[in-house]
Amino acid sequence: MTRYLTRRAATTALTLFGIVVVVFFVVRILPGDAAVLRAGPYADAARLAEVREQYGLNDSLLEQFWTYLSGVIQGDLGTSTVSNGSVTAELLQRLPASLELGLYAVFLACLIGIPMGIVAASRQGGWIDRFTRAGVIMGSSMALFWLGLLLIYFFYSRLGWFPAPIDRLPVAAEPPPHLTGLFTVDALLTGQPDLAWTAARSLMLPVLTLTVVLVAPVMKMVRQSMIETLRSDYVRTARAMGIKERDVLVRDGFRNAMLPVITAIGIVFGYMLGGNIIVETLFAWPGIGRYAYQSIQNNDLEALQGFVILVGVLYVLLNVLIDVLYGLVDPRIRIGARAKS
Amino acid sequence: MSSPVVAAASVSRPRGRNAQVLSLLRRYPMASIGVVIMSVYALTAIFGPLFVGDPLSTSPSDALAPPSSEHYFGTDRFGRDVFTRAVIAARLDVVVGIVIALIAAIAGSLIGVVAGYFGGAFDEVVMRVTDVVLAFPGFVLALILVAALGDSIPNVVIAVAIAYTPYFIRLVRARALAEREREYVDAATLAGNGRWQIAFRHVLPNSLTPAYTQAALVAGWAVLDVAGLAFLGIGIQPPTAEWGVMVAEGANDVMTGAWWTALFPGALIVALALAFQLIGDDLQGEKR
Repeated sequence: MTRYLTRRAATTALTLFGIVVVVFFVVRILPGDAAVLRAGPYADAARLAEVREQYGLNDSLLEQFWTYLSGVIQGDLGTSTVSNGSVTAELLQRLPASLELGLYAVFLACLIGIPMGIVAASRQGGWIDRFTRAGVIMGSSMALFWLGLLLIYFFYSRLGWFPAPIDRLPVAAEPPPHLTGLFTVDALLTGQPDLAWTAARSLMLPVLTLTVVLVAPVMKMVRQSMIETLRSDYVRTARAMGIKERDVLVRDGFRNAMLPVITAIGIVFGYMLGGNIIVETLFAWPGIGRYAYQSIQNNDLEALQGFVILVGVLYVLLNVLIDVLYGLVDPRIRIGARAKS
Repeated sequence: MSSPVVAAASVSRPRGRNAQVLSLLRRYPMASIGVVIMSVYALTAIFGPLFVGDPLSTSPSDALAPPSSEHYFGTDRFGRDVFTRAVIAARLDVVVGIVIALIAAIAGSLIGVVAGYFGGAFDEVVMRVTDVVLAFPGFVLALILVAALGDSIPNVVIAVAIAYTPYFIRLVRARALAEREREYVDAATLAGNGRWQIAFRHVLPNSLTPAYTQAALVAGWAVLDVAGLAFLGIGIQPPTAEWGVMVAEGANDVMTGAWWTALFPGALIVALALAFQLIGDDLQGEKR
């Protein structure tokens, strides 16, 4: 197990290093003058020199990279070109809003997707299976921005069931004290169920939009994994021994099929991190996705670079966590890793 | 089920043709629907521009007119005919989706077969690089690439293609790893073929099957990604007639009731993506 963890840690470190390399040099592909971008088009020569000195732009690109990398390792993602604030601080301040939206969407996608996938696999060709497959195809060909816009039109503009698609709370509401940063949770913890409900109402439409797209890969992967498990020898044996079909499904099928599903949830987080840029933009949700959108609008590549690195690092660490849990749960993986190394 | 079809095919030739088509339809019902939808798009992309006017001509007095016999899809806030713009956009969106899938599939297959067949240091480097590229959600990677490269249609195509290339590298590499152990490879080696010749002439064609179905799925996702980027204001820019751009331009008007400005272009994106998904999914199901 130690050897497995060591090897995993080494490849992870390499991937994280690769993320910073890729993002840093991609952002500097264009030959534009970074000093002009920072100081503005009307800055004189003296101001430009000052800015170059301040941000180390006179150093070679490689030196700048090492400076940036050592900053990233210490949690410093650089300085925004527009606000001059710390990108790390700005992202961290917005992260809870994104987490609240994203976690509810992923949770809801699993809540719907996992049972649907299991039932579809256990009655292949039945009407639930057909419905699931249709849902998978519809979900994977859905354009998030269009779906969100239609939902806003119907449920906000026409029916008025939900509050305006702006921000996490209506203007009049006071946010709960900061405990976890998740408004619904914080409001409940401080004994304000009304406020929790208000926050939940603002969450519903964006969460629903994201869920429609996230539920498709969950259903697809659960169904696939379950079908493969149900074809296995041990399921056939269990059936031959006359064990009740429901017990076979739950004990032999579901429990073994769950391992790939855990990995699938990691992939779904990736979809979520990409999709939330569009959803947060559409619903004026003050999270990191909207921060990325605003960085693009302001041509603030430093801030965008920080966002992309944060997303890359979060995604990689999540997948490592999943792999390690997996290794802890499933002895075959540990042994496999040992045999390989 | 297939034997009567074969029998019919051997009896008379014209009936055999029909029977063949029928059996294909029956084997791939969803892909058939996908192909029908695709054909409509292809015809629109090829001939549509001959029948509609200028997608950029504005007429402020007609702004935000609802759908009518004059403006099938209504008009946007500049009084531009949404139907005209939607038809003109077909060529761009369809071509962009297919080109992205082709670039990613070709580049990924070539890299994948070399990595899988030769192995060694090149393989190790390729796998680490794909690890890094796959460490970003694809949409996020494409986003920063376009932001860095600058807004243009070729840049969007390159950016999204780069994000999808690793999928093909992995698929083809995995197949090539298995294929290189097969007898025909030994036979080709004994017959005196060079290693590169074996890799590209023998192993590559036999490793491509999973890449074909993947390409259909990727074309669908690429359409969504390009439109999504355009919606965020990067890549393809207004006033270009492109469905994602049209949805973005119409977004504010939708909230105030002019649903037609975004509904139709968005529906066209989704239906195109759906056609690719139907084809890809059905063929993938066949494989299993």
